[in-house]
Amino acid sequence: MVKEIERYGIPIIHMATITTISQSVGANRIVPTVAIPYPVGDPSMNEKDEHELRRDLVLRAVKALGVNVEGPTQFE
Amino acid sequence: MKIVYYVNQFFGQIGGEEKAGTPPQYVDKAVGPAGGFQTLIKDEAQVVGTIICGDNYFNEHKEVALKEILAMVKDSGADLFVAGPAFNAGRYGMACAQVSAAVQKELEIPALTGMYEENPGLEEARSEAYVIKTGDSAGTMRKALPLMAALGLKLLKKVAPGLPSEDGYFAQGRRVTVFSDKRGSVRAVEMLLKRLAEEPFVTELPMPVFDNVPPAQAIADLSKATIALVTSGGIVPLGNPDRIQSASAQKWGKYDISGKKALKGDFYTIHGGYDPVYANAYADRVAPLDVLYELKEEGIIGDVYPYFYTTTGTGTSVASSVAFGKEIGKELKEAGVSGVLLTST
Repeated sequence: MVKEIERYGIPIIHMATITTISQSVGANRIVPTVAIPYPVGDPSMNEKDEHELRRDLVLRAVKALGVNVEGPTQFE
Repeated sequence: MKIVYYVNQFFGQIGGEEKAGTPPQYVDKAVGPAGGFQTLIKDEAQVVGTIICGDNYFNEHKEVALKEILAMVKDSGADLFVAGPAFNAGRYGMACAQVSAAVQKELEIPALTGMYEENPGLEEARSEAYVIKTGDSAGTMRKALPLMAALGLKLLKKVAPGLPSEDGYFAQGRRVTVFSDKRGSVRAVEMLLKRLAEEPFVTELPMPVFDNVPPAQAIADLSKATIALVTSGGIVPLGNPDRIQSASAQKWGKYDISGKKALKGDFYTIHGGYDPVYANAYADRVAPLDVLYELKEEGIIGDVYPYFYTTTGTGTSVASSVAFGKEIGKELKEAGVSGVLLTST
C-alpha cells in the first residue's frame, strides 16, 4: 500500500515495528515503532508518558514528510 | 491408478456462501470438475473420491482442516491428488494451495492444482506442487482442465514434466539439468547477437524484478499540509460495519473522522494477527489520531484529512495490497492530500 500510494507522488511515512519488511517492500520514509500490537503506544507506561512517547513518534513521522530522501531512509 | 480430488462447497455442489462453513467430507465419486477431469483422462486412471470442504471452514480452522483432509487422502490410497482449479478465488485458492503443498510434502503423493496468477494461494503452492496457469474466472474451466489432465497423466505415469512454458504450469523456482545441443558460450553469443539485432530472444535465467518507487517530493510547508491517516492494523468502528476480514483482507474501509479528537472509545481492532487487548483499550496506539489532532490544533500541520483508511495486513496478498494502495492513493490524490501517515502492526 505504501508504495502504491507514493506512486501518485504523495509523500508517505511508514510507521512500522518490523522495519526489515518495510524496507523490503520499498517504503522510502520509515519511522521504527514500539511493538507489533501497539506501534505508537506502550501500555506499561502511565497515560502521560505514553502520550509523550506517541507524540514524539508521530511528530518525527510528520517532520519526515518534510524531508527529501534519495531512497529508503529510517528516521530514528 | 487412483486419483483423489479436492473442491470447495460451491464446486462440490453443496451450496454457496451459506455453506462455506462446511467441514471436509469424502464422497466416493467424482463431483463437479472432478467429473470433467475423469472424462479427459479416460480410463487411464480413476477418480475414486472427491473431498469437499467449505472455504471458510478451511481458512478459519486451517490446522484441523489440513489434518482431516490429509487423513482422507492417505486413506484413499491415491496415486495423484488434484485440487481446483481455483481461478482467482482467494479463499479457495489458499485452500487448494495449502492442501496440495501438504499432500506433496507430507504424503509424498504428486499434487496438482490450478489458479490465476494473482491468486494469493499461488505463492503457498508453487514451490511444492504443480500449479497450472488458468484464467481468472470459472468461465475458463474448459481451457484449464485439459492442461491439468495432461500434466496429471504425466505425474501418474512418472514421466518428467516438460518446462513450465511447455506444460502450462507456474515455474517452481527449481533449476534442473537439461541437455542442449549447443554449449553455453555458443548460446550466449547467439543471444547477444539477437539482442544487438533487436530480435526477440528468451533468457535462460530470468532476473527477479525489483519494483522501486522513487521517493515523492517532501512537503514544503507542513503548517499548510493536509495529512491522511491510514493503517493496516485492522482498526475499524465498533461493530466492524463493513465486515473487513480479520485476515487475508479482501477490502479496505474509509471512515469519517472529521472533528474527532481520538479514535479511542469508538474504534477497535479486528486484525487477526496480533493480541488485540492494547488496541481495543486505546485504538490510537495503532492509528494515532489523538496526536495528529493535537498537531493540527497547534498549527504544526495544516489539517487532518477527514477520512481515515483502514484494512487488515495479515495474510493479505501482495496483489490485494497493491490494489488497495492504488484505490486509496487515487482518492487521496484527487482530494489533494499533501502527505500520508501509514501505520502497520
